[in-house]
Amino acid sequence: MKKVINETELVFSAVSENESFARCAVASFCAQLDPTLEELSDIRTAVSEAVTNAIVHGYRDSGTGKVYISCKILENRTLVIKVRDKGCGIEDIALAMTPLYSGDPSGERGGMGFSIMESFTDDLKVISGLGKGTTVIMTKKFSPFNFCSVDPKTI
Amino acid sequence: MEVLTAKYEFSDNVLKITLSGEIDHHSAKAAREEIDLRILECKAGTVLIDLRNVGFMDSSGLGLILGRYTHAKEAGSVLKIVNPSPGAEKVLRMAGSDKIIPIIHRKNN
Ligand SMILES: Nc1ncnc2c1ncn2[C@@H]1O[C@H](COP(=O)(O)OP(=O)(O)OP(=O)(O)O)[C@@H](O)[C@H]1O
Ligand SMILES: [Mg+2]
Repeated sequence: MKKVINETELVFSAVSENESFARCAVASFCAQLDPTLEELSDIRTAVSEAVTNAIVHGYRDSGTGKVYISCKILENRTLVIKVRDKGCGIEDIALAMTPLYSGDPSGERGGMGFSIMESFTDDLKVISGLGKGTTVIMTKKFSPFNFCSVDPKTI
Repeated sequence: MEVLTAKYEFSDNVLKITLSGEIDHHSAKAAREEIDLRILECKAGTVLIDLRNVGFMDSSGLGLILGRYTHAKEAGSVLKIVNPSPGAEKVLRMAGSDKIIPIIHRKNN
C-alpha cells in the first residue's frame, strides 16, 4: 500500500446539476499537484463520465440517490479517484466497457464513456453487480513537477 | 456554474451554430431541442458547429454532436465542426467522430 498524502471525500445528490460541481471539485483538489492544462482537462472529463454514468444509468436519471467520490493523492504524484453509486449495477461489465456499447435506449449516447475514462487516465477498474451499485476506480499519474512555474512567494 | 449558450447565424445557405460554455449531460439535455428546431427551420446546405468557446466537453457532448449530425442529415444538411477547443477536439478524435464529421480549423470566423 502506498502512503496517502492527502485525501478528500464528496457526497452529493444524483442530479445532473452536480456533474459540473463534481468535476470542478476534483479539479480543485488536484491543483496542489500543479497539473498541466491537459492533465486537468483529462481529470475533469474522466470524472464527468463516471459521475454522469452514476446519475444517468446507476439511478436511471430518477434524481434520487447519492453519488460518493473519494480522491486520494499518493506518493509519486499519483491520484486515485473512486466514484460510487448505490444504483442498479451492471450485469455484464466487459460488455458495458466495450467501445460504442450503450445500454441506453434514447439513441443520444455514443457508448464512449468508459473508453474516455480508460484513455484519459492510467488505470480504470469497475466493480459492479446487478442490484449492488457500481464503483469506478481511476488512477492517474501526473507528470513530474514543473519547476518553471514560479511560486509567487519566492519573488 | 457555466451554462451552455447557442448563437445562430444563417446566410448563403450556411447555418452557423456557435456553442459557448460547457457541454455535459445536463447542459446538452437543454440545448438539444432548440438546435434541432433551428436546423429544421433553416434547411441549410451546410450546418457548421463552432466549438471554439466550449471550455469543456465529455461524451454527452459527443452524443449531442452525433445526434445533431443525424438530424441534420435527415433535414438534408451536411454538418461540420469548426475550430474545436483543444479539450473538445481530444474527445472528438478519441471517439473517432472525425471519420464521419469533418473538423475544420480556420483563422477567421
Ligand atoms: N454506474 C452505472 N450503473 C449502471 N450501469 C452503468 C453504469 N455506468 C455504465 N453503465 C452501463 O454501461 C454502459 C456503457 O457506459 P458508457 O459510459 O461507456 O456509455 P454510455 O453512458 O451509454 O454513453 P456515453 O458515455 O458515450 O454518453 C451504459 O450504457 C450503461 O448501460
Ligand atoms: Mg457514459
